[in-house]
This record gives sequence, structure tokens and C-alpha cells, in this order.
Amino acid sequence: MTLLRHLAAAVVAGAVIWAASVQLNAFRDFQMAEIAVYVVAIAGLSVLIGLSGQISLGHGAFMAVGAYTTALLMMHLNWAWWAVFPASAAVAAAGGAVVGLAAARLHGPYLAGATLLLAVALPSLANQFPGVFGGDQGLSVTVLAPASLGAAFPQTRWLAWICALAALITLVVLANLARSRVGRDWRAIRDDPVAAALAGLNVAWLRVLAFIVSAACAGLAGAMLAVTTSLVSPGSFTLSLSIALLAGAVLGGLGTLLGALWGGLVIVLVPTYVTDVATSHGLSGGVAANVPIAAYGVVLIVVMLVFPYGIQGGLRRLATRFLPTPPARIGTPGRLPSADDDKGPDSPYRRPPVGEHQEEGTS
Amino acid sequence: MTEFLQFTLGGVSFGMVYAAIALSLVLIWRGTRILNYAQGAMAMFTTYIALTVITHTGSYWEGFVVALAAGLVLGAVAERTVIRPVESKPPLNAVVVTIGLLVLIEGIAGIVYGGQYRSFPAAFSVTGLYAGSVPLGISRNDLFVAGAVLLAALALAAMFRYTSAGLRLRAAAFNAYAARLLGVRVGRVLTLGWALAGLIGALAGLLVSPNTFLYPASMDSIFVLGFTAAVIGGLDSPVGAIVGGLILGVVLNYVGGYLGPNLVPIFGLVALMAVLLIRPSGLFSVTHERRV
Repeated sequence: MTLLRHLAAAVVAGAVIWAASVQLNAFRDFQMAEIAVYVVAIAGLSVLIGLSGQISLGHGAFMAVGAYTTALLMMHLNWAWWAVFPASAAVAAAGGAVVGLAAARLHGPYLAGATLLLAVALPSLANQFPGVFGGDQGLSVTVLAPASLGAAFPQTRWLAWICALAALITLVVLANLARSRVGRDWRAIRDDPVAAALAGLNVAWLRVLAFIVSAACAGLAGAMLAVTTSLVSPGSFTLSLSIALLAGAVLGGLGTLLGALWGGLVIVLVPTYVTDVATSHGLSGGVAANVPIAAYGVVLIVVMLVFPYGIQGGLRRLATRFLPTPPARIGTPGRLPSADDDKGPDSPYRRPPVGEHQEEGTS
Repeated sequence: MTEFLQFTLGGVSFGMVYAAIALSLVLIWRGTRILNYAQGAMAMFTTYIALTVITHTGSYWEGFVVALAAGLVLGAVAERTVIRPVESKPPLNAVVVTIGLLVLIEGIAGIVYGGQYRSFPAAFSVTGLYAGSVPLGISRNDLFVAGAVLLAALALAAMFRYTSAGLRLRAAAFNAYAARLLGVRVGRVLTLGWALAGLIGALAGLLVSPNTFLYPASMDSIFVLGFTAAVIGGLDSPVGAIVGGLILGVVLNYVGGYLGPNLVPIFGLVALMAVLLIRPSGLFSVTHERRV
């Protein structure tokens, strides 16, 4: 039932995206593809932080793994995009398994620091082996629209389509996963690892699994980014990419998949808009490029201090306040912002009384 | 053999910078159980302030002192404004807030000073020293770097050991509740801890910037290696921070010298992972029970 509902939502979303992409110009189509890239990466990160309670500041590194896998497979083996996407996700998932094995033993600040170092360290490998990874110049990636669509078909629209398709599939998979036994187990280990272990859950394996799923999403996003920008270079996978993903996840609402959509929209559209406004007010390009970076910082701080629920959490509160019948299931967007746990029954973070069937919303 | 000696001595110089960052992290960690991911960015910003003062006055030492004072103020202000509200919350909230502070400061630096690489003057000559005819691979400035960090660490140790402010800092870190009952104003003490950490971080920024150039992200890699050093030493131990920094600096200098500089961050990651997997509480820690 849930699967059907998620599939139906995805089909509707796909139709809307198709209708929109036909209307939009080439640049907007490109932005649509970019949004799809960020939605996938942020959704994976959001599941990791919001559901399993682990943080990663290194998801840009997993994106790099996916992107370089894509470039190498396309260059040397001439794989098609539909084969490269899952392959890149799989390679990044393998990387996620390695990091996750280490991460399962770490908590909080240690994990954050280790993944931060990963984000800083991994891109330097591209410079160490320029023969394979192309050094600073990077590798180029080309995906052409199929000839059957006609010679006049805009390339960016094709990119928007394949990226949107990949994003929708990812979201459906994640939504079902979050509703499944695995998703419930993740929430259990997030809220109380000891109790979860006593209940027979394999805490370490569940943590590693969360990292694998999350890294696979990041790897897929990296593959999508590679075909969208037709270039894979170390400069695309800086620390600020990882932090932009974190900002998107936090702003959207941790642990919610719709929140990832808000996050992706903001991360792609707002910097472009801010940069446009800043340059039109006579600020130099270098200054304008730094305004969004500072804005990420403000977002992270303000959201954490003032409304740790994020956009999606805020929308849910509005819905519960103004709709005549509140939605049957009010989700908790994540363990992370849960300091106000005990604020009473109105708090979206209340813990359900013992025995209440806990089924959290994920979208 | 000469090469080995050069790499070792050069590594000590870099290691002392990692040690300074590690020391500032340990100071904050002991007091608030928060890792300040913005420490490197704060150091970068105070170094920009130093550069501005130096270009205006022409005096290195005026810039040096102003940057240290700026670090002190920046640390205190950060604690009072954005850290205080998350001190009592789950650890991930503080992680996100300090990460936010990191990018906010880097963004502001990019807006104010631009993104281009700038060279930062060294306090002393950077030409290599010789023992007889053997090049040592270090300069007077490297000696100054090592000496300055060592002096700062000793001054800090003396302060903790012999002054009443140091006693209050230790009391608040040991047990904030009991300290409060005994009349220690824990809030102020925490602010002081952050201010001191800001000062040590600013020192690290001043010392390393002649080698790395100065740009908004210039302290990122230094910071993560400082973090690694702090973890190697155990986040609770100031001595461990210094030793961890030295070990890391020397080892990474061998890696950079013999294998290539691009591998340095990767080996830092390997070292961090190894320590976290084998002895997660660090080399210099005492074992604590964990309350569940």
C-alpha cells in the first residue's frame, strides 16, 4: 500500500517535472538537473543524520567517488548512463561501507571530525594520480540525448529528465526504506542504542547500513553531477560542497524526504539569485560568490538555534495547527534537534507513550 | 641521513602548529564537551586582521599582538552568542552550529578580503640553518614557531596550575555542578576557556600562514590535522595535544618528503582512523566509564 502510494506520488511528480521541463529554457533545465542532484545527495544525508543519528561532513567525498567512477567508466568502457548511475552508486556504497565500519564505533564530534577529514583529504588523491584522475584539470564526461528525440532537442532537457528520473527512483526507494523495518530499526538505535541492542537489534550493522545507503545516494548524486556539468575535477568536491549538503539537510528538516526537496531547491536557486542580486548591485564577482557561503553559515546557526525542525518540520506544525483534522501521523524529523523533547504533547519531538504504535512520517 | 634529519626537524615545526590547534580544541572540549570546528576559520580571520595591521603600520609585532587579542575576543564572543544556547543540547546540535560558524567566518573573510592567495610575513628569517655544512631543513622562523607554541603551552599550564582563574577553569571542567555550588561562575569560566582557545588558535594561524599563504579556506587542512593531533593525544589531555601534534607533524613530514605532498591529508585520515579504531580515547587518556 505504502509502496503504491509512493509510486503514485512519484509518477505525478514525474509528470509535473516533464511538463515543466518542456516549458523551461536551457538554463532552467540545467538548474532542474542540478536540483535533482542535490535532492538525491541531501536525501541520503538526511536519512543518515535524521534517522540513524550519525552525522557526516564528508558526503562531498562520496559524491566525488561517484563522479570519478562515472567519468572513468564512460571514458574507458563507454558505458551508457543508465548503467553508470547504479555502478557509481555501488562503488560509493562500498566506500560508505568502509567509512561506516569505522563510524559505527564513533559518536558525535569524533565522527564529524573523521568525515570532515575525509572531505578535505579525498580530493587530493586526484592530484596525486593525475594519470588516472586528470589532476586539477579533471576528466570530461559527455552524455548525449538519444538521436530519436531529434537533432534540435536541447541537451540540458535530456539531462534534466535523466536526473529527475534518478532522483524520483531514489526518493521512492528511500521513502519505502524509511517506512520499512530497517527505517524503524534506525530510529530505535538513534533514540536509544542500548535499549535497541537489548531488544535484539544489531546496532553496529544498522549504523553501517545507514552509511552504505547514504553513501550510495551521494555516489549517485555525484554521477548525476558529473553528467550535468560534463566535468569531474577536484575543485567541484571541496569542503563547501559537503557543508552545502549539510545546510540543505538541516534547513529542509532532518530525516524528512520532502525536506530534502526544499533543501535542494534552496541550495541551487538561492545562491544563483543572491549572486545575481549582489553583482547587479555592483559587487565584484569574488565578493558575490562568497555571499552564499556566509549565508550557509547563517542558515546552519539560525536553524539550529531557532527552529531545529527545518522547513518541513515547520510546514507540519502549520498543518497540525490549521487543518481541521490533524494528520494521523506526525513525524519526528529526527533525534538531532530533540532538546525540547519534554515540551509536552504539542512538541513534534514528544516521545510516544509506551505501547503507542509509533509510525513516523517520512515524506 | 641528512634528508631524514631535515624532515624530522621540519616536521617538529609543523607539528607544533598542529599542537597549538589541538591545544585550543582540548581547552574547549574539557570545559564544554564541544569540538569547535570553527577554530581554524577563527584563526584564519585573526590572521587576516594581523595582515591588515601589518600592512598599515609596517610592524609585524603590532599585527601579532592585535591578532592574539582579536582571537581572545572572537572566542569569547562566539561562546556568548551562538554556543551558549547549544551547550545543554545534544552534541550534534553543537556540531552543526560550529560548522555553521566555520562557513560563516570563511564567507565573511571572502567578502571582506577576497578569495585570492596572499602571502603572510614570517617573524624571522626563513633561510635554512646549517650545522657546520649540514643543512638542517629549518630556519630561525621555524625555531620561533616551535618556541612560541611551547611558551604558550607552558604559560597555559602555569595558569591552570597556579592562578585562581586556572583553578576555576579546572573546577568547571571537572564538575560544572559542583563548581557552581562552590560559587564558581561557570558561565564566565566557559567564556574564558573559549577566549583562551581563540588566542591559542590565533597564534597557530599567525605561525602557519607564512608557509601556507592566506586565503579563506587556508586553515581547513591545518585544522583537520590539528583535530587529528588532538584525537591522537586524547581530547582531554593538553600534554597529549602537544605530543600528538609533534608525532603527527613528524610522521606527515616524512610522508610529504618521501612519498609526495598530496598524500599528506590522506595519511592524516589514515592516522586518525587508526587511532579511533585502536584506541578511540587517545594515547594519553584515562579510561572513563560511559553512562548509558
